[in-house]
Amino acid sequence: MSLISVKNLSRVFDVSKPWLNRMIERREKAFLTAVSDVDFDVAERTTYGLVGESGSGKSTIGRMLVGLLNPSGGTVEIEGVNLATETDAEKVDAVRSDIQMIFQDPFASLNPRWRVRDIIVEPVVARGGDATGLAEKLLEQVGLSALDAGKFPHEFSGGQRQRICIARALSSEPKLIVCDEPTSALDVSVQAQVLNLMSDLKENFGLTYVLISHDLTVVRHMSDRIGVLYLGRLVEEAAPDDLFDNPRHPYTKMLLEAAPKMDGFGREAELPEGEIPDPINPPPGCAFHPRCPIASDICKKERPEMRTLGETRVACHLAEA
Amino acid sequence: MATVLSIRNLSVEIPTRTGVVKPVDGVSYDIQAGEILGVVGESGAGKSMAGNAVIGLLNPPARIAKGEIWLNGTRIDALQGEAMRRLRGKDIGMVFQDPLTSLNPLLSIGDQLTETMLTHLRISRSEAEKRAVAALEEVGIPGAAERIDSYPHEFSGGMRQRVVIALALCAEPSLIIADEPTTALDVSVQAQIIALLKRLCRERGTAVMLITHDMGVIAEAADRVAVMYAGRLAELGNVRDVLTQPQHPYTAGLMASTPLASAGKARLHQIEGAMPRLDKVPEGCAFHPRCTYAQAKCRAAPAPHISDAHAACWFPLVAEKVS
Repeated sequence: MSLISVKNLSRVFDVSKPWLNRMIERREKAFLTAVSDVDFDVAERTTYGLVGESGSGKSTIGRMLVGLLNPSGGTVEIEGVNLATETDAEKVDAVRSDIQMIFQDPFASLNPRWRVRDIIVEPVVARGGDATGLAEKLLEQVGLSALDAGKFPHEFSGGQRQRICIARALSSEPKLIVCDEPTSALDVSVQAQVLNLMSDLKENFGLTYVLISHDLTVVRHMSDRIGVLYLGRLVEEAAPDDLFDNPRHPYTKMLLEAAPKMDGFGREAELPEGEIPDPINPPPGCAFHPRCPIASDICKKERPEMRTLGETRVACHLAEA
Repeated sequence: MATVLSIRNLSVEIPTRTGVVKPVDGVSYDIQAGEILGVVGESGAGKSMAGNAVIGLLNPPARIAKGEIWLNGTRIDALQGEAMRRLRGKDIGMVFQDPLTSLNPLLSIGDQLTETMLTHLRISRSEAEKRAVAALEEVGIPGAAERIDSYPHEFSGGMRQRVVIALALCAEPSLIIADEPTTALDVSVQAQIIALLKRLCRERGTAVMLITHDMGVIAEAADRVAVMYAGRLAELGNVRDVLTQPQHPYTAGLMASTPLASAGKARLHQIEGAMPRLDKVPEGCAFHPRCTYAQAKCRAAPAPHISDAHAACWFPLVAEKVS
């Protein structure tokens, strides 16, 4: 059964200038479509990876999943409950405590004035739960010492802080953890420690992860299924091996080709054309067509629908099985 | 090939309330003309500090404690004030991580380019303006002649980094120090910038010190690589040798812990512990508390000094030991 079901999800931000400037400069209101028409399901106890470059909408989707942002259109259902419209407070409450989030920057996401113990038990205490000994137990589970509970965040390194963030996310015994670039701020050797910890905890607690990252190698290592985003749209979704060995969408191909390779000594990569277009005025038709090596006339006019090719879902007119 | 930059036994010290810390400790390496030397390490390894020492941008109280820096046969580590200022931009170009903060937001990019050239080269303003357009064309900015009067905020991140590279190159320096030039950029733009650096280095014979934490970027761009750990050089050599047959256990661990190297495995290789704090660098080899091969000698004696193509390790790994 799928834990998360996302349907036609869209989010539009109003990026207009203030009213007076618009009047003087005679400008229209401006809207930025960060996410548009995204569909995917995440099965229980699996990891779903979302990759994309900056501005592709991956963090916006993550924020809508946990309810930090409301969708402009479409629905997010978690355990069959749509948090944005559900009126039964008890149901909402039950689902909300099943969702937690880990953020990118472990320096900004811990309150510097709180002791680690208070930070970790807050998700439980805020709901009036009993948190005796909980912080100590969780700290040991994430590879820190129970004695660390009395310390302040500044006494820890980046990797240790990210472990504290993970302990906090675990304290309310969630089913789903949305991880937004959990290791981007960390060094390679520390990243390996944190990723291993995340894998272990997933096994032990039966967690489901939505892993948001720009790093293809991290997503490949961790995920059971990967969605590739471009300019707010899902362009391809597949299992990791399919995606990396047989990418169907030209954007996925470009991304894989451009990523640096450890054995790419002196490699002259086929260079990607251009850059991500302005999301306020995205190109018509397929948003990728100005950079696409195989674009034809239909790509400039019609937006490609999501199609299923074998185990892969791809939004491209020209992709073949 | 001519040696452009030669660093000999360089140490940087920062006096603090609790004692003197050494973010760079006895580092030596050379860069030849037309060569890209990758300097790789985790945060706090001292890789940027070494680059800043070369270009004279150490923030006091950090200072060069000992060692020598030679640029094209001239010793430059003791240069002060005006003499150093003439060197910066003229003989050494610098590319920083964040292209937005390394450009002046109040000057058009054309003004910034011509200012740099007029300061360092004996040319007329009109000649400088001509060269500014040529420099922008060379780094691949479309419509360079029209965009010369644009301001930095009118460019995207990748284009801005190209402007910074044009700025670093416009006085035709013999050495470019690129400190994490692609870390703030997307993968597709990163590939473009790396290719640009490689092309310019090859065509002009400029030496490049490429400081990064990304082993993939090193593999693709660098000719030789210097691996740093806790302010010291751990391993130095040809990029293919160091990355495929690392001799230092730290390099081996670093390579193995990238998700790419562990493809298909359930768990990533992990180096236990973390880089020591600079005020608590352990006795002996700095890596020994995290090293699986450490022996009594590693705890007692500092790691051996390295010359080219060797690892600073008492018991270097041989090829078959690396799994």
